[in-house]
Amino acid sequence: MSALHIKKGSTKHSAYNLRSTFSDAEETHTIAVLVENEPGVLARVIGLFSGRGYNIDSLTVAEVDHLGHLSRITIVTTGTPQVIEQIKAQLGRIVPVHEVHDLTAEGGSVERELALLKVSGVNDKRVEALRLADIFRAQVVDSTLESFVFQITGTPEKVDAFADLMRPLGLSEIARTGVAALARGL
Amino acid sequence: MTRQMTGAKMVIQALKDQGVDTVFGYPGGAVLPIYDELFQQNHIQHILVRHEQAAVHAAEGYARSTGKPGVVLVTSGPGATNAVTGLTDALMDSIPIVVLTGQVPTFMIGSDAFQEADTVGITRPCTKHNWLVKDTAKLSATIHQAFHVAMVGRPGPVLVDIPKDVQFASAEYQPKQKAPTGHYQPQVKGDMEMITALVEAIETAERPVFYTGGGVINSGPGASQLLRELVEATGFPITSTLMGLGAYPASGKHWLGMLGMHGLYEANLAMHGCDLMINVGARFDDRITGRLDAFSPKSRKAHIDIDASSINKVIRVDMPILGDVGHVLEDVLKVWKARGRRVNQEGLQKWWARIHEWQKVDCLKFKPNEGTIRPQYALSRLEALTKGRDRYISTEVGQHQMWAAQYLGFEDPNRWMTSGGLGTMGYGFPASIGAQVAHPDALVINVAGEASWLMNMQEMGTAIQFDLPVKQFILNNERLGMVRQWQELLHGQRYSHSWSEALPDFVKLAEAFGAKGIRCSDPADLDEAIMEMMSYDGPVIFDCLVEKHENCFPMIPSGEPHNKMLLGEAKTKDAIGSKGAVMV
Repeated sequence: MSALHIKKGSTKHSAYNLRSTFSDAEETHTIAVLVENEPGVLARVIGLFSGRGYNIDSLTVAEVDHLGHLSRITIVTTGTPQVIEQIKAQLGRIVPVHEVHDLTAEGGSVERELALLKVSGVNDKRVEALRLADIFRAQVVDSTLESFVFQITGTPEKVDAFADLMRPLGLSEIARTGVAALARGL
Repeated sequence: MTRQMTGAKMVIQALKDQGVDTVFGYPGGAVLPIYDELFQQNHIQHILVRHEQAAVHAAEGYARSTGKPGVVLVTSGPGATNAVTGLTDALMDSIPIVVLTGQVPTFMIGSDAFQEADTVGITRPCTKHNWLVKDTAKLSATIHQAFHVAMVGRPGPVLVDIPKDVQFASAEYQPKQKAPTGHYQPQVKGDMEMITALVEAIETAERPVFYTGGGVINSGPGASQLLRELVEATGFPITSTLMGLGAYPASGKHWLGMLGMHGLYEANLAMHGCDLMINVGARFDDRITGRLDAFSPKSRKAHIDIDASSINKVIRVDMPILGDVGHVLEDVLKVWKARGRRVNQEGLQKWWARIHEWQKVDCLKFKPNEGTIRPQYALSRLEALTKGRDRYISTEVGQHQMWAAQYLGFEDPNRWMTSGGLGTMGYGFPASIGAQVAHPDALVINVAGEASWLMNMQEMGTAIQFDLPVKQFILNNERLGMVRQWQELLHGQRYSHSWSEALPDFVKLAEAFGAKGIRCSDPADLDEAIMEMMSYDGPVIFDCLVEKHENCFPMIPSGEPHNKMLLGEAKTKDAIGSKGAVMV
C-alpha cells in the first residue's frame, strides 16, 4: 500500500530526519493506519490519543480487506513535529497495528470527505441553494417542497466552504464522514 | 494428532507447553474449571496469594529474577480489577507477565452479571495487549500468542480473559509450534549506518558516558556480558538507572553508581558534563533528566532502544538506534574492533581525572549515630553482611528504596527487583515472594519502609504456607519518609498525614503469622540482629527502628538540572522553586 515500504517503527526512514530543527509550530498530518480487524482495536487507537493527550481532528475507519481481516483507520491530527513523530511511534507499537503511514510526510495524498447537508428554505433562498450546489457539484439526494438534502464530496476545505455558504440559506443539519485518504502515485 | 479437550484443560496444557512451572493466583467462581484442572496435575505449582495485586507483583518478582514470564491466574470482576495496579506496574517497568482472568459466560457478558467487569476494557491501557476469548477453538493459540507478545520486543504484561463457558466447552488443542504468532515481530537488529556513526563517536569522544537502563536486563544476561566487555575495552565511565542496576557490576572500576534524582554526585555531573552520552536501554525518564532544557547541554546523544516510541520522546538524540540492546551492542563491538579499537586516550584521561575529583566528594558519606540507627548505616551493614551471598533484593517505594539503590551493590543482572516507573508501594513484599519461589535456596531480602510494607502485609500468609524464607528488612521511621521529606522541602514542614500513630508491633505480628520477628533499635546490636535474621530458616520480619527525620540525599530538586544537586541538610531551604513545585 505504500510506495516507500517504510518498515513499521523505523526511525531511519522517518520523515522526522528530514527536518533540520525541532519546530514548535503545529502541523496537521493525515495518518493512515492498517490494523487487524479485531474487537477493541479502534478503542486502542482512540484510547492512545485520549490517554496521551493528542488531538483527533477527524477519524474514519472501515474494513478494507475482508479476507485479510484488515481495517484502515485514517486519522487527521494536529501537533508539533515531535508530537506527530510520537503519535506514529505510539501507533506503531500497538500489537494489532500492521502499518503506519504519514501521508502528509510521505509525499502527498489525495483526501476526500463526503458530507450530507440539510437545507430548509423557500423561494429565493431555495433557488440560491440549488444554484450554489450546482457550482460545488453537490447532488440533491432528497427533496421536499421546503428542503433539500445535498450530498457533497471533496476535500474538507471544500465541504467547509459549501457549508459556510449554506448556513445563511437555511442549513439545519450536517453529517460528515471524516477524511479518507490515499497516497499519490504508485 | 488431534487432541480434543476442554478449555480449562487447554489452559493447563498451554502453560505446560510454554514451560511454565509456577502460577501465582487466587481462585473464584469464574475460574473454577481451571482450578479443577490445576488440582488434577503435578507439573505446575500454584502459589496461593492473599490478594490479586500481590499475585501480579509476585509474578513480576519471578519474571525479573529469572528472565522468564510470570504467570497469574485470577477470577473475574474484583479478581481482575485488583490485578490492575500490578499490570500497570509491569507495563511501566517492561516486565513480561501473562495474566489469565476468568470471565462470566459469554451469554451473560454485558448483563451486569455477578462479578462481571469489562476486564479487557479496563486493562486495555495497562497491558501491552489483551484478548477476550469467546471461542474455545481459539483459546490455546491465543495463550501461545500472549506469551509471544509478552516476551518479544519491549516486554510487558498481557492479559487473556476467558469466559466460564469457554472453559467448559471442548475443542481441538493447538500446540505451541502450530500456533500462529501473527505479524508481531519487532526489529531486533540495529541499523548498521547508525551503529557505525556511534562507533565513530566512541573513537573521538573526550568525555563519554554510558547511561544504561532496564533494557539491558530485559535483553538477557548476554547483553550484560556485552556491555561489560564494551565498558572494559573502551574504559568509558558507566552509570545506570534504578532499573538497570546489576547489568554492570557495582565493583567494576568504571562504575559511577546510579544516576538521577537521588543518584550519585559523580554520576549526575558526568551526565551533565559529557560530550557523548550512550543511552543503552533507558528511556530518559523524568527522574533521570531533571530539567529538560538544561539536560546534558553539550553532549551528542546515542539512544539504543527496542521501542521506537522511546526514541526522541522527551530528549532529542543524534544517533537513534532501534533494536535489541544485545544485538546492537554485539554489532557496536564488532565494528569498533574491526576499525582498530580506538578511543581518545588523552581526553579520556582528563575526563577520568575530573570524575575522580567528583568522587572525592563522597556524596554518600554519613556519620553513624551513637544511640539511633541511621537508615544509611542499616543498609551499609546489610550490604557488608550479605555481600557475596546468593542474594536477591526487592524493595518497596520511598526513601528506603533510594537508600537501597545507593548503599547496596549489585554484581549481576536479575538480582534487583523494584518498582521504578509506577512507584508502587506494596510491591516489594510480594516481589520477594516471587523471587524466592524461583530461587528457593537463595537469600531473598525485601528492603522496606513500614508504610509500604503494610500495604501488602497479608502476604505473610503466603510466605508461611509455602515455606518461603523471605526476609522483610523494614526500616521503620514511623513516617512516610519520602512524603515527609518533600513536605519539609516544599510545604513549610507541615507534615500533613505523613505519619502513622497506630503501627503494629511487628514482632508480635510476625509471631501471629507463625514467622520470626526481630526488633533492633541500637546500632551496637545491628550486626548480630542481621546475622540472626539470615540464619533463621523461615520468613522473618526485621523491625529496624531508624532515625525518624532522616532525609535522602543527594537530591536533584524537581525542576532543576543535574549540576544543581543538593548534598546535605544545610542547603535545602527553598531548594525547590515554584516551577519545580508542580512536578512530583
